Amino acid sequence: MLSDSAKEKLAELKGKYPTKEASILPALHVVFEDCGYLSVDQMDEAADIIGVSRLDINETATFYTLFPKEKVGKYLIQVCDNLSCSLMGADSLVEYLQEKLDIKVGETTPDGLFTLWTVECLGSCGTAPMMQVNDRYYERLTRAKVDELIEKWRNTK
Amino acid sequence: MAEKILFKYIDYPDQHKIDVYMKNGGYTALSKALKEFKPEELVEMVKKTNLRGRGGAGFPAGVKWSFLPKGINKPTYLIINADESEPGTFKDRQLMEYDPHQMIEGTIITSYAINCHTAFVYIRGEFTYCAEQTEKAINEAREKGFIGKNILGSGFDLDIHIFRGGGAYICGEETSLMESIEGWRAMSRQKPPFPAVEGLWGCPTIINNVETISNIPHIVNNGADWFASIGTEKSTGTKIYCLSGHINRPGNYELEMGVTLRELIYEYGGGIIDDKPLKAVIPGGSSVPILKADEIDINMDFESLAEKGSMLGSAGVIVMHDGACMVAALQKLTKFYEHESCGKCSPCREGTNWMDKILKRMLNGEGKPEDVDLLFDVAKNIMGNTVCPLGDAAAMPVMSFIEKFRDEFENLCNGGKPKGTIKFPFR
Ligand SMILES: Cc1cc2nc3c(=O)[nH]c(=O)nc-3n(C[C@H](O)[C@H](O)[C@H](O)COP(=O)(O)O)c2cc1C
Ligand code: FES
Repeated sequence: MLSDSAKEKLAELKGKYPTKEASILPALHVVFEDCGYLSVDQMDEAADIIGVSRLDINETATFYTLFPKEKVGKYLIQVCDNLSCSLMGADSLVEYLQEKLDIKVGETTPDGLFTLWTVECLGSCGTAPMMQVNDRYYERLTRAKVDELIEKWRNTK
Repeated sequence: MAEKILFKYIDYPDQHKIDVYMKNGGYTALSKALKEFKPEELVEMVKKTNLRGRGGAGFPAGVKWSFLPKGINKPTYLIINADESEPGTFKDRQLMEYDPHQMIEGTIITSYAINCHTAFVYIRGEFTYCAEQTEKAINEAREKGFIGKNILGSGFDLDIHIFRGGGAYICGEETSLMESIEGWRAMSRQKPPFPAVEGLWGCPTIINNVETISNIPHIVNNGADWFASIGTEKSTGTKIYCLSGHINRPGNYELEMGVTLRELIYEYGGGIIDDKPLKAVIPGGSSVPILKADEIDINMDFESLAEKGSMLGSAGVIVMHDGACMVAALQKLTKFYEHESCGKCSPCREGTNWMDKILKRMLNGEGKPEDVDLLFDVAKNIMGNTVCPLGDAAAMPVMSFIEKFRDEFENLCNGGKPKGTIKFPFR
């Protein structure tokens, strides 16, 4: 179920663009912000509110990798492993995170706190290595910085 | 070096706030444009500067604007391309996070010039902070009456919408971007018709990069001749070069077009990490052909790079020292295109997948001697055979890496160990 505030935001999208379908991508952002991922039920609900077909919203949603389609950890850690970041040690960062969180890339910790992914270039190559956690960037990472961040997130469960 | 234009106030405290932007001369160009110029005079002015698109293709902005059909009964749209997803490129994000009003002022002036009343800023989905900064700035501009109805009493109306992407590189390609706004899977459209004639919702549409548009207020303030006098004859103005990889001082550098790659790396970038020997440089974002260490005495402008068989592209300069294995480096890029291909054209969809497989095979020590030619052949058959240039973008690095570093590929396929010291595992 979507929250009331998400439903309100979806309702506001109506009539904003020349076609209803143009609200699909903005609607997916609303659902993602509300739930942390996109489930078919939530997308159906959104489709009904903005007045597009459920099939259309699903078809579009599955194109975009920004939105997880299954539940992920409270902190979704996405490490860039494209070229510039790899040159600057993205891989040892990934290894360190795997060790520290005791999970492999693609997995979620049993307490549901962290999910670890590798992703493509995030437009932050000059401050490599870097990662995105939920919707924020963490740049010029070192092991010490990662330790500090993980510690902080563990304590603010 | 001429004075900085786009980055002049990039480090100025609170430059993202409208009052500070205006204290530093912001929005004077808007009022000048609306009061002293007719729309078509602005188009002519931008044509005269020869300002070329900064998003990768380098098409002259003023010429593109003049392609808009006249006297038809449809709205015209302007889309600012802030999808910034070409590996090695990170300039638009800095422009928008630290000086968003510069781009917004450029957007308003451009909209006036092309008679557009609804503009979109398409921001890549991951750039949340960037979108927040831009949204705040748009709201500030609206409060001051620079966006909305009857702007500065001129009778000109404009609204600007932020549109956030969903994490797909292909959305930077202009026709896919329009599909994305329209709500569909972002798969490219066949051209012609070009967007200027038939774009968003079938209406005339101009798409320009953030950096291109950020130049517009300065052109209005200082004139076409001033702008044309900066840079080289055919590549006018400044360019923001994004330096990354094995470089001591990575980051964005706004310099006059035509600075040499050597100066960029050794003077501005402070040289190679640990003073190691330079091995290779990708000069214009991941899609453009690579240069070897002995090719860096080259001017970083559209013509000079094209002459050497490479491209200025988005000016994302990726520097590699001798610790980098070229096969592994190429695989990092190829898996990117494999992941980002929209799947519409089979040469790109299937070809990127095959190239990635062959490269992985080589890196696993399972490459066969004939794999080098096979890899090259797959790339060659993608080149020019797809609807949008993503196919070329995937093929060009492969072909140029093999042309310039063939020995490393052959070595791996004949039982040798990868060159270089950097660990580059692949997934
Ligand atoms: C695969 C692909 C990705 C692209 N990504 C971007 C991008 O992220 N930003 C951008 O401004 N242009 C990008 N472009 C170029 C656009 O299609 C278009 O040429 C450009 O936005 C036009 O603006 P300009 O003339 O001001 O450069 C891309 C092109 C291709 C083929
Ligand atoms: S390569 Fe990692 S952010 Fe660009």
